[in-house]
Amino acid sequence: MSVETLPPPRTTIGPIAWLRRNLFSGWVSSLMTSLVVGLLLVLAINIGQWALTEARWDVVSRNLRLFLVGQYPADQLWRIWLALALLSVLTGASAGLFGRTSRTLAFALSALQALLAALVLASSLGPVAAVLLAVNAAAVWIGFVLGVRRLVPRRLLVYAWIASLPLSFVLLSGIADTPMPSIGSNLWGGLLLTVLIAAVGIVLSFPMGVLLALGRRSTLPAVRILSTGYIELIRGVPLVTILFMADVMLPFFLPGDLRIDRVARAMGGVVLFSAAYLAENVRGGLQAIPSGQIEAAHALGLNTVQTNIHIVLPQALRAVIPANVGLFISLLKDTTLVTIVGLLELLGIGRAVLAQPASLGATMEVYVFVAVVFFVLCYAMSQASYRLERELGVGTR
Amino acid sequence: MTNAGSAERHAVPLWRDVRVLRVAAQLVVVLAVAILLGLLVRNLTGAMAQRGLSFEFAFLEQTAGFDIGESPIPYRATDTYAQAFLVGLLNTLFISILGILLATILGVMVGVARLSPNWLLSRVAAGYVELIRNTPLLVQLFIIFFAVLSQLPAVRDSIALPGSIFLNQRGLFVPGPQLAATFAPWLALVAAGVAGAVATWAFARRRGAASRPSYHLRTIGLLALGVIAVVGWIVLAPVRFDVPVLGRFNFTGGLALSSSFTALLVGLVIYTAAFIGEVVRGGVQSVRRGQLEAARALGLSEGQILRLVIIPQALRVIVPPLTSQYLNLTKNSSLAIAVGYPDVFKIGVTMANQTGQPVPVIALVMGTYLTISLVTSLLMNLYNRRVQVLER
Repeated sequence: MSVETLPPPRTTIGPIAWLRRNLFSGWVSSLMTSLVVGLLLVLAINIGQWALTEARWDVVSRNLRLFLVGQYPADQLWRIWLALALLSVLTGASAGLFGRTSRTLAFALSALQALLAALVLASSLGPVAAVLLAVNAAAVWIGFVLGVRRLVPRRLLVYAWIASLPLSFVLLSGIADTPMPSIGSNLWGGLLLTVLIAAVGIVLSFPMGVLLALGRRSTLPAVRILSTGYIELIRGVPLVTILFMADVMLPFFLPGDLRIDRVARAMGGVVLFSAAYLAENVRGGLQAIPSGQIEAAHALGLNTVQTNIHIVLPQALRAVIPANVGLFISLLKDTTLVTIVGLLELLGIGRAVLAQPASLGATMEVYVFVAVVFFVLCYAMSQASYRLERELGVGTR
Repeated sequence: MTNAGSAERHAVPLWRDVRVLRVAAQLVVVLAVAILLGLLVRNLTGAMAQRGLSFEFAFLEQTAGFDIGESPIPYRATDTYAQAFLVGLLNTLFISILGILLATILGVMVGVARLSPNWLLSRVAAGYVELIRNTPLLVQLFIIFFAVLSQLPAVRDSIALPGSIFLNQRGLFVPGPQLAATFAPWLALVAAGVAGAVATWAFARRRGAASRPSYHLRTIGLLALGVIAVVGWIVLAPVRFDVPVLGRFNFTGGLALSSSFTALLVGLVIYTAAFIGEVVRGGVQSVRRGQLEAARALGLSEGQILRLVIIPQALRVIVPPLTSQYLNLTKNSSLAIAVGYPDVFKIGVTMANQTGQPVPVIALVMGTYLTISLVTSLLMNLYNRRVQVLER
């Protein structure tokens, strides 16, 4: 009886084995792989050819100022760069003081501004703006060093964050009869307006959302019914209808002589809208608090308000940070809807640019540029939120 | 006892009595909300009186006077506002239901692709999800409508796709199903088959719990029903497809889908499918590995594992977030106004502008969306109750 010769073992490590296991594990898988590769090749060739040879990207570089800041006066642009510098330093300092995730965010902010500086250099905005943006990109790292060296007290940083939004607003809108004349919000536009609406939306809706969430979980029936009613009412209707109401109907609801400008009206609509969604996020966090915590707090003699402020909210809010980043991303995307009520945020500016005779036929270029800007911002934030989720250990503790 | 009780009641002063405080707190909140609402309503009535308006729905009886591009029911400009609103409502429902169906199909495919052991396929699906979820729906709609569909060739140079489908500036022209005279007999045949199956099943069940119809019997029954339906379909030809033909100015016959409808439908489906894909993936991944291993150890086939182990458990996790995706799609259909599809919001805006009565019109539109949302979540909650585990 002869010894049977065994074939050599199939490779189980190395690139060939990886390919065989992950791409060609059977005839179905092989067919799928070939199909997908073919599809990707066709797509890549077509898109690459269009983007590199046919697309007229000059429509973007020519109008970059409009895309970034709308019709904000050119000689007052330093105010925007200054506000951005404030944000950069604060983000950098927070990254230095706090954990890893804000470090990612700070890095992203710095990289974005450096990228923007390069873009600006190739556009109508000129070298000065590019240099200022590069300085801002560096300011993130200055703030970072300050934070790492513990040169900024924690408390100061928190107060600075709280003050930063009103400060930026004053900086942007200006004060009459000073070196910074007031600039009406009708001149704000582009990415500036997009980010402002989203930031105001999330910041101002925060206290309202927390109150609504507490109200929905309250043991007082009247409070609970009112909160639930508000949340469900807002969540049951599309944002466009709320924006339309804020735009058209708000003047009806206000006392006769009170006028609110369009941007503020849209912001108000966004705040009312996002408060309901934020409340639902916070409610999720509240439900995750074991009832033993609350019972223990009561046993220690804390009343309901003290229990909420010292025991429940710190834990609940910490748990819902990733969900709130998600909410902020969808809010940033939803700001495009203010185009429908006639504001010139990034997408609205895109439409305005396309109305110029010179941009005839560049529809795809303009909208692809807008889409790419949103993608970069949202993708960076969603990656940060994944990291945050892991760092906070939500669901694993 | 009573003495002790009353003594205790006196021991706690009124302003520290929890029961009193609870009532007082609620009174304060209700009063504050009532005052706020009262102020708003006072301002509203004042402003409306100043402009000579009133909160009435009488205008619904007036002639609308505007045309609507596409309508599932006969509508002319001489019809009333109420009818115009109904057209908008039907359009919203139509595109939402169609969108939900297609988005579910595409979303399940994306979710399955995401879980595929094929590395390339799962990466491509992940890329699709990231790309779509991180860009605004409105930008996607603008790209589809203004940068793609509006740039298509004119009617004369339509792009012809296989199966008599034509694509041009005005939209998508597809063969339209038309019911033939034989449709009723075919339907009766299938209905009789279903009735027979149900009757047999009920009969078999009454024969006793022990003699339940076996799995094979059920398969054979379903197969027979399918064969009846298919053979009947081929023999009787109950539905005829009307092919679009290029006439002098436009296509005649077939089903014409305007470019605004196509753009909105495609945009909603692509956008929502990315979210549904993630929901499906999360649901399937939530099934514990041990369940799979146990099922394999019991000797179930892959198909049985999927049908009897994975899907029932995954559905429990999937249904609630799926509901909110369906609701999102319905609400997002209000972006129709950006591409000019006459849904309930766009018709509402037209009505508000024409009648100068924005308050009742917007109330009507919001009430409509609210009703749709509530009904959808009610239905999905009923379904959810069915798939949830029965805690005994």
